[in-house]
Amino acid sequence: MTKLLTRRTILGGAALGAGGLLSGCDALNRSPAFQNLLATAETGNFHVQRALGDRMELASEYTIADLSPTFRANGTRNPDTQNYNASAANGFSDWQLRLFGLVNKPQSFSFAALQSMPQRTQITRHDCVEGWSAIGQWTGVPLKLLLDLAQLRDTANFLIFHCADSLGGRPYYESTDLLDAFHPQTIIAHRLNGELLPIENGAPLRLRVERQLGYKHAKYLTGIEAVASLDGIGEGKGGYWEDVANYEWYAGI
Amino acid sequence: MQFMPQPDRSDRKIRHRLTTRIWHWVNALCLLVLIMSGLTIFNAHPRLYWGEYGANDDYAWAAVGSSQTIGYVRFGETRFDTTGYIGNWEDRNGNIQTWAFPDWATIPSSYSLADGRRWHLFFAWIFSFGLAFFMIRSLWNRHIQRDLHLRRKDWHPSAIWADIRNHARLRFHAGQREGSYNILQRLSYIGVIFVVLPLMIFTGLAMSPAMDANWPWLTDIFGGRQSARSIHFIGMALLILFFLVHMITLLLAGPWRLTRSMITGRDSKEAMND
Repeated sequence: MTKLLTRRTILGGAALGAGGLLSGCDALNRSPAFQNLLATAETGNFHVQRALGDRMELASEYTIADLSPTFRANGTRNPDTQNYNASAANGFSDWQLRLFGLVNKPQSFSFAALQSMPQRTQITRHDCVEGWSAIGQWTGVPLKLLLDLAQLRDTANFLIFHCADSLGGRPYYESTDLLDAFHPQTIIAHRLNGELLPIENGAPLRLRVERQLGYKHAKYLTGIEAVASLDGIGEGKGGYWEDVANYEWYAGI
Repeated sequence: MQFMPQPDRSDRKIRHRLTTRIWHWVNALCLLVLIMSGLTIFNAHPRLYWGEYGANDDYAWAAVGSSQTIGYVRFGETRFDTTGYIGNWEDRNGNIQTWAFPDWATIPSSYSLADGRRWHLFFAWIFSFGLAFFMIRSLWNRHIQRDLHLRRKDWHPSAIWADIRNHARLRFHAGQREGSYNILQRLSYIGVIFVVLPLMIFTGLAMSPAMDANWPWLTDIFGGRQSARSIHFIGMALLILFFLVHMITLLLAGPWRLTRSMITGRDSKEAMND
């Protein structure tokens, strides 16, 4: 019986098994039906994580002593368009954040107006989908205050965050549902570690949506649009990375 | 079939219950997919840290280094050249790739963080439910108490030492009933089922920003998100070690008979004398 088990059959079997497994997995990976099956886990994660805690549960907050010595920047480090560079040269004094779409009173906030509104400062951990983390202190206007001014209509279900940067010729954008939009830690940040937001971290304005991964935290914000559905925006998946690389729209895990 | 009297098979007995067999193979598949898709995720940032934060400018206790000419793995201040295997390797088309782990070890074989995460998080659900089901079922049918429980006399250093010596001499069943597990076997099964596998689930969850809001104590238990990620990776290494030992002992103890018994559940007396 054990004579069958020579080194050659073991190695050959292992190589065949590994090769077959790999091409099998790659074939499955290309199958839309199998991708849809895998994506059901995203729906599961979303509902379980939302059900587990108080829906307004806060992400952990830290102290100054816990700050990362340097806060890593990722994605676009400088939008580098003519308009952006001109605005940056003026200290973003002409920057406008529009709040439009399914709202009763569309708004446009200047950089100075946002800085003079009530602020929230929070020291939180930024978790990248790639696996690294950085702790930073963010100061900004709670998004809820802006939404209260604009008065969302009942038909609004999502907020689209429009950005000044593009990657590979496509404009960056992101989206959240209203639960995260009204969360107390969801702010339009303009300061990092007490200083004006550096360009590489999203100057002059970036979103903080603390219970989700880094790619949801859109930088270089120019507009917030209330919509009924994500269809028809980009490729309809709710964000740049969701559209181009199949990242999950719900980035809680 | 198996509920009918089978006089010609009276020398056979049930070695593994159906629930144990189903879980064993489902779990084996899940762990294979989880490890390979996990390596894809690791490739996105092949550096490990202790504490809450950790990114490129922070000190990594372990890291993979890559360039077009060399690949290496660094632990602390010690570098190991891994050119050709980790950090710098040739893909199937003969191109040099500088991702940490090579194509044959990852799902999918060409780097896609989003796809790796989809595979990982989908199979994590099956793995977690399977483990919970197996634990409850095995406590209920007394598999744990009967076959894996270590009695006080087993903990005696001389008993453990004797078992280590028997293993070193490749005598796995010296002085005990055939079909029962020896001390080292029980310890490793208990360690994997009740320590390492649950640890993988909890360190995995501790990396989730939404879980951080829901269960902040979970990340704290492990000393921070980056510590949880490091422990998650070390747990994977332990599982690979367990798998290798599992395969070596299987080869030494009778691979066909034991594999067959984990499929059919049955064992035969004459085969035991192989």
